[in-house]
Formats: sequence, structure tokens, C-alpha cells
Amino acid sequence: MSSVTDQKDKLLMVGIDTEEKERSATFIQEEDRVVSCGVKQEGVELLPVKKALEKGYGEYLWGALEKDPQYEGFSNGYFIRSEPGAKPVFPVQACLYIAKEGSVQHVHNIVVADENSELHVITGCTSGTKRGTHIGVSEFYVKKGALLHFTMIHAWGDEIETYPKTAVVVEEGGTFISDYICMHPGKAIKMYPTVYLKGAGATARFQSVLVAVPGASMDIGSRVYLSGENTRAEIISRAVSVGGEIIARGHLIGEVPGVKAHLECRGLLLDPKGRIHAIPELEGKAIDLEMTHEAAVGKIDREEVEYLMARGMTEDDAVSSIVRGFLNVEIMGLPEPLKRELDEIISKSNEDAL
Amino acid sequence: MLKVENLKVEVEGKEILHGVSLEVPDGEVHVLMGPNGSGKSTLLMAIMGFSGYRVTEGRILFNGEDITDLPLHERARRGLGIAFQRPPVVKGIKTRHLLGICLNKGEIKPLTKDTKEKIEALAEEMNCKPFLDREVNAGLSGGEVKRSELMQLLAQDPKMVLLDEPESGVDLENIALLGKAINSLLGRGLEPNGITPLKEKKERRKRSALVITHTGHILNYLFSDRGYVMMKGRIVCQGNPREILRTVEKYGYQECVKCLR
Repeated sequence: MSSVTDQKDKLLMVGIDTEEKERSATFIQEEDRVVSCGVKQEGVELLPVKKALEKGYGEYLWGALEKDPQYEGFSNGYFIRSEPGAKPVFPVQACLYIAKEGSVQHVHNIVVADENSELHVITGCTSGTKRGTHIGVSEFYVKKGALLHFTMIHAWGDEIETYPKTAVVVEEGGTFISDYICMHPGKAIKMYPTVYLKGAGATARFQSVLVAVPGASMDIGSRVYLSGENTRAEIISRAVSVGGEIIARGHLIGEVPGVKAHLECRGLLLDPKGRIHAIPELEGKAIDLEMTHEAAVGKIDREEVEYLMARGMTEDDAVSSIVRGFLNVEIMGLPEPLKRELDEIISKSNEDAL
Repeated sequence: MLKVENLKVEVEGKEILHGVSLEVPDGEVHVLMGPNGSGKSTLLMAIMGFSGYRVTEGRILFNGEDITDLPLHERARRGLGIAFQRPPVVKGIKTRHLLGICLNKGEIKPLTKDTKEKIEALAEEMNCKPFLDREVNAGLSGGEVKRSELMQLLAQDPKMVLLDEPESGVDLENIALLGKAINSLLGRGLEPNGITPLKEKKERRKRSALVITHTGHILNYLFSDRGYVMMKGRIVCQGNPREILRTVEKYGYQECVKCLR
């Protein structure tokens, strides 16, 4: 067994900075135990979720998701709240860590971006073991005029199973941004976070980068209900298979006139044994709405590779550059070690790519 | 500089070039004319080493070295550069980034201050600044594509350039500008522009070029030394490029067919 505190490198891989230099608060939970929970900047509140419930934040438990008896027995989780109008410069970081072989980690997380505040949360989930189960229920609340930017990185051990369940409620003029990166899905990962754009002018944007190595299986989607006036949503997912299986889903539901939403699922197969299944869904329930989607699954274009080679790049470098460009990782601000690993995965698969 | 000896090339199992020979000496600009489908582009692609163009006979010598079996990027690194007629859009890579790679001879590495300055100067010279931070070739007009290609070539600093129909897709008023840019790349018809010193431009005169043209329009703006006419995968005529063009303009390529017999 390896404790989370000896796992600096692992934590860096999922964006957790143990030196807490550019972070406003840090939460680390290993199994059921909260290892670290501290705030460095004003305007942010961070508590183990059980403490938060005692303190009177009970309204947020099962407020976004329907109460599910199956998920009642959670051990802990994080509660993060930005105070009204607060705009902390640095993100809050939270890490959920599985240390013991075969253990089950069951958490319930709550994030509240209070009125007109701006909150950036970076969460990294990783493990020091091979086998285990992570059940994570998360409820996010984006209040009037607030912004919640949620970056999540999954890097699990090979045999970890992950079943997160997430719902987000966005009020008037609020914005929810999700950046999700998954290169180590473990044995199986299945998630379909759902956003409810309830208030007028609310916005949601999902950006996901999925990389499936051989043996990996991921079923990942994003769903947005556009029920407020003039709400907007965008779901973008980029999937690369170097031998694993990816189901990339997206579901947009337009419930009132005048909403706008776009869904984009793109997949790149670098290995003939891989599989990418893009399932984009659009559901219109009102007249006068604009919802579009774009889906494409294919391999690397030989012409593009040779174009770059004609400028002197090796074939490996050309393929890697194209895949990196496809995944758009520069925009996501991937942690440096994860970027390096991504490069390794890509260059290892290059021989099969063309 | 470049010597092509009895080159036979197959595309998708079909022989397109039936034994082509030509030689471009150091610092000379040669022009390859001919109707569509005569094999001009095939020759260029085979010289550069693109996949799908299989050399079945003959060889390609570059500065004395047999490069017939060298991979594409090795030819580029030895000093062969090509401007594409219709380059692909490369998503996720910015023109600025690619230009840095060209300047670093194909290596991906952090850009030095000097390299960064060169990028700015090249973009200024080729009037490419407005799309330097766009994805490579994304949403560019015909003229912009050509200028971007020439800018990349300048960054690569090749010993010899291959230009595939540089005037295609460029409207007449911009052909003059394009001819100027090509001359600048080849260090010919030198004019001070206040950006690149003439001395540096003169260095470029050592460059050789093989230029494909279907219409021949570019010859009005380009200083060239020798011309060829290609018909059905063979070179049927060579000589002074302007003289050849005059005949072709007057009588058309159909007269050249007779030379095949």
C-alpha cells in the first residue's frame, strides 16, 4: 500500500500541486480519510462534505440529483463554495485517492459557485493500487451570474472501476465550463454528467479529451437540458484510440424556443484493434431552436503527414503533432507530466497509425 | 544540383512517367510546361518522395547523392523544398508553429529569440502576418495559400525548390506579386524591400528551382533559364523557356504531340 502523501508524481499527473503554489485551497481524501483540507485565499470555503452538512448546507444534498438510496452510504467528499462576488485568482484543487488494494471509495461532492463569483476547481482522481472501485456523486450549483470552471483528470490504476454520477444546475446568467481529460480510465468508466440550464441566458461548455490504450473501455458523455430562455450549450469531445474502446456520447435537449446548442464528437483511430463509437443526440421540444451536431471518426490523413514531412519533420513527429493538434490539449492546459505521457502513448502507436 | 535519369514512375500500378531525364544545375531556374495530365506533378512528387509515386526505373541524384530511396523528410533535410499547389489544412497546428519547425530544419524544439524574430520578418516579407496564428492553410484565399507556401520555403532555406503550378488559383492582378515573391525566394530581380537586406537576398541566387506551369503565365514574371515540354509522361522539347512558351501560346500543345512520334 502506498499512501497518498508519497505520491507527489502521481498527483502532479492529475494536476494536483502538492506545493500548493498556485492554488487557493487543497482537499485530499484517501479512501475514507480526509488527509488535507485547507484554504489559502479569501472568498473560498472548503470543508469535508459531512462537516458542511452539519454546518447547515443540507439543502445542497440531493438538490441537483434525485435522491438515490443506492448512493446514500457515502463516506465523505468535498464541499467547495465560492462566496458571493468572490473571484479567487487561483483554482481550488481536490484529489480523491485510492490507496488500498480492492477498496471501495464512495464520495459525495458538492460545489457551489455563489452569485456573481468565479470559481475554478481542478480535481484529480488517481490510485496507488491496481484494483478498487470509486463511486463519486457530485452536485454542482452555479448561482446567478456565477462562473464555475471545472477541470477533471482521471488517471486510475488498471483494474479500477469508476462510476461517477454528476448533475449541475445553472441559474440565470451563470456559466458552467467542464474540461475533462481521461487517459487512464482503469478497467471501466462510465459517466454521463448532466447539466440543467434553468436560468435565462445560462451557458454550458464541455470539452473532453479521451485517450484509450489497449484494454481500456470508456463510455463517456455529456448531457445538457436547455430549459431557460436564451440558454446556450456546446459539447466538444475528442477521442483517440490506440487500441482501446471509446463510446463518446452527447445529448442536447432543447426545451424552450430560442435556445442554441452544438455538439461535436470527433474520433481518431490510431490502431486497427481500437473502436470508437460516437453517439450524438439532439432532442428538440420547442419550435424555433437551433441545435446542430458534427461527428466524425477516421484515421490520420496521410496527406497531412507528408505535408509536414516535406517541411523536414520525421514521420513520428508529424503524426504526434497532428494528434496533439486534434486533441487540442494546449487549450486545456494539461499538466506537464501528463503531456509527456500523452506524447509517449502517441509515438508508441505511430507504427500502426498509417 | 538535381539530376533525374531515365525515371519511370508508377501511380496506382499504372506507369505515368516513361523514362524522364533532366538536369538542373546550381542556381538555375527550369520550367516544366505541358498540358494537364502529362505527368508534370508526378515528376515533382516523385522527386520529393511522396508515397504513392513508385519509381520503377532510373534514379534521382541530388548534389551527387542518390536520393531515389530516401524518405521524404530526409530529402527535405538535405535541401529539397516544395511548394504545394493545393496544400491540405492541418488542424490544430498554427502556421507560426510550422514556420518555427521549418526554421529548425524539421526539429520540434523551443524557439529561440532569434527564431521568433525571423518568423516575424518572414511573415512581414511574404505578407502573411494576418494568418500567422491561424491553423495551417485554414480558410486562406488562393493567393494567401501561395504566399504561405513560399514563406515556409524561405524558412526552410532549401538548396532547391520545386514549385507546383504557383499561379493556379491566383487572380491575374496577384500573379505579378506572386512572381515577385518567387523571384525574391530565388534571389532574382532583386529589389530592396526594407526588410531583408539585398546581400542576404543575393545569397538566395544560389538556389535552383524546377517550376511547373500549365498556362505559362508565371513566365512573364519569373526569370527562368531553361524550359521543357512534357507530353504523356515524356519530355518532348527543351530550350529557351520564353521561346517555347511563345510557340505553345500560338499553336497550342497539340502541335507538341507531333514531337512524340
